[in-house]
Amino acid sequence: MKGEKDDTSVDCREALHRVYHFLDGELTPERRDQIAHHLDECSPCVEVFGFETEIRKLVADRCRDQVPDELRTRIAAAIDHEHQEATRTRGAAEGAEH
Amino acid sequence: MADQATFADDTTEFMGSLYSAALRMTRNPSDAQDLVQETYLKAYRGYGGFEAGTNLKAWLYRILTNTFINTYRSRKRHPEETELDDVEELYLFRRMGGRDGIIGRSAEEEALEWITDDEVKGALESLPEYFRMTVLLADVEGFSYKEIADIMDVPIGTVMSRLHRGRRALEKALHDFGVARGLVAAQ
Repeated sequence: MKGEKDDTSVDCREALHRVYHFLDGELTPERRDQIAHHLDECSPCVEVFGFETEIRKLVADRCRDQVPDELRTRIAAAIDHEHQEATRTRGAAEGAEH
Repeated sequence: MADQATFADDTTEFMGSLYSAALRMTRNPSDAQDLVQETYLKAYRGYGGFEAGTNLKAWLYRILTNTFINTYRSRKRHPEETELDDVEELYLFRRMGGRDGIIGRSAEEEALEWITDDEVKGALESLPEYFRMTVLLADVEGFSYKEIADIMDVPIGTVMSRLHRGRRALEKALHDFGVARGLVAAQ
């Protein structure tokens, strides 16, 4: 029912206030639909939602780092040492457990 | 009950993202390496108690987060909620989101293309720890509010508050980089 303002419609202020919830998928289906409907008809709000989506993507894509080889080596060695210690400590009892 | 024999295979895929998270948390490559190593050791020791088939990534991040909070997080005097000034909603959009928001920007360019990787990392690292960790878990690693609540052992309401305030502070930090580079158009 286009153009008819009722309890189920939202205005720009309400939509923008919930931009994070919307983009995070943390709204009830009803609320999500209301905002989606608003976005269907409001290009200024679409611009904001698009911009905020871009910022999320920026943070997701740009905060990556190369793992130093030495770290992988260190961790493998540490776990191996841990395993050796545990095996040594268990000793004869290991056979009895299985 | 997960088997320690498969630990390395099961967990190796997460080392990259855990290391990045550790870098953002400690802001120090040497501490980050120590933090990740400690996390893997604790995870290995406790792997028998991990329920195979459940959320391994969240489980590892919980260990990383707890270890960071207990070992590396500097003991600040105030509760984290008062460490962050409120930043208005849509801070960055209001200043740089429009077509004329950025000096020299062409119509085809993405609005945020000018930002360097180091600036994004720096903006995130400028946040106080609890806000930084929440934004990291949500926006870098894609955890849900509920998963973050479990990882940080706080109510979902706290997650939402920290996340929304943290993101706004992040936007302000990004804007400050833009200003420093002379990219922001005069208001």
